[in-house]
Amino acid sequence: MMSKFNILRPESAEEACNLLTKFADRSKIIAGGQSLLILLKQRLISPEYLLYIKDLKELDYIKYDGTSGLRIGALATHRSIETSDLIKKEFPVLAEAEHDLASPQIRNWGTIGGNICHADPASDIVPPLIALDARVKVMNLSGVREVPLEGLFRDYYETILKPDEMVTEICIPTPQSHTGVAYSKFSLRRTDMAVVGVAASITLNPIDRVCRDLRVILGGVSSVPKRIFESEDMIRGKSFDESLIEEAALVASREVEPVADVYFSEKYKREIVKVMVKKEMNRAIQRALNL
Amino acid sequence: MSKERLKITVNGIYYEMDVDPRLTLAEFIRNEIGLTGTKESCNSGICGACTVLVDGKPVKSCLVLALGAMNKEVLTIEGLRNGDALHPLQKAFLDHGAVQCGFCTPGMILSAKALLDENPNPSEEEVRYGLVGNLCRCGGYVKIVNAILDYAEKRRKTIGT
Repeated sequence: MMSKFNILRPESAEEACNLLTKFADRSKIIAGGQSLLILLKQRLISPEYLLYIKDLKELDYIKYDGTSGLRIGALATHRSIETSDLIKKEFPVLAEAEHDLASPQIRNWGTIGGNICHADPASDIVPPLIALDARVKVMNLSGVREVPLEGLFRDYYETILKPDEMVTEICIPTPQSHTGVAYSKFSLRRTDMAVVGVAASITLNPIDRVCRDLRVILGGVSSVPKRIFESEDMIRGKSFDESLIEEAALVASREVEPVADVYFSEKYKREIVKVMVKKEMNRAIQRALNL
Repeated sequence: MSKERLKITVNGIYYEMDVDPRLTLAEFIRNEIGLTGTKESCNSGICGACTVLVDGKPVKSCLVLALGAMNKEVLTIEGLRNGDALHPLQKAFLDHGAVQCGFCTPGMILSAKALLDENPNPSEEEVRYGLVGNLCRCGGYVKIVNAILDYAEKRRKTIGT
């Protein structure tokens, strides 16, 4: 049984911030609660107040225009992102990642903002979002600041958010032309949490196929979703060839800190990282070339 | 810790009740209004036995606070039948012997209903993937999938979609 709490239902994001300021560490925001309820049931957390924000329509939207990019309200459900025609067309990697996240039931109730703030290093949606250079809008009573998503995480299940702050929006710039983005995960069943998740985004010069820019992000194998700068630096500015990708994948497998579990040893996970970085980089290149 | 007033519609019946904020939707359905067709098993969002439809969409009612379903319309397995007549999807499960111990069945049927509401013409793969959040611990998936595909086909013939 969960510890006792009071439930408060702010009617606006501003009111939620007010309550957050008032109760700070004694409170916890709950959106879909698909992760939070488990923490509550296991008594890993026992807040005095739950601020129930799921019904705030003002934070449930998906908007896009070519100049300012994609903006997803923190309370958009996984399912709404998965099934959005706009996202399928402009940011297919997000719809793909969402499609294999948990189950239809979880995707119907769980929100993207909640998933991000839960800060599980095996999140399916965070690596592709970082690959797309996403930023999050963070609000408190004194205003709004923007934080690059890759800088949001501090440690397992910890973010840099202050106790009075809440994430309100995820902003994704329109990718440069000739950019391909891919994400996939290795898991026991297709929709399970990622044992290893790999996102890659690659921007190519279409004429000489030189890599203008790239991002490689690994989920599930470090305390936070992790960009592998060493692998990126090996490739940026160079022409792709199989041995270079192979090398970069090897470096990635050394840069992560996977933890052995009942299913897979640390060594095995590093092998998977190697295989998957190579695979996702190749998929991203294919996508960049087909654009 | 005060109780909170919950306003909710379950199977077309409107309820207003004071509930403990910690109550999950599954507990509300089973213990407060006595609809025990909704099952609880893992209580952590894995098995799908507690699946109900909220505003037409399947959710795991063990991972939804009762107060989270405020002002929503909930459909449980009890609300699926039409009077004394089983819903044809329930009938299809019976005809195919798609029920072994029966514990996963209510969740399976509600997930299948939502799937078919969205996609009346699913492939076998789409049915299997649509049910990924529902575990049958007996392992009786083949008959479940066949029952759903069979019902979908019959329904298409009847309503011509």
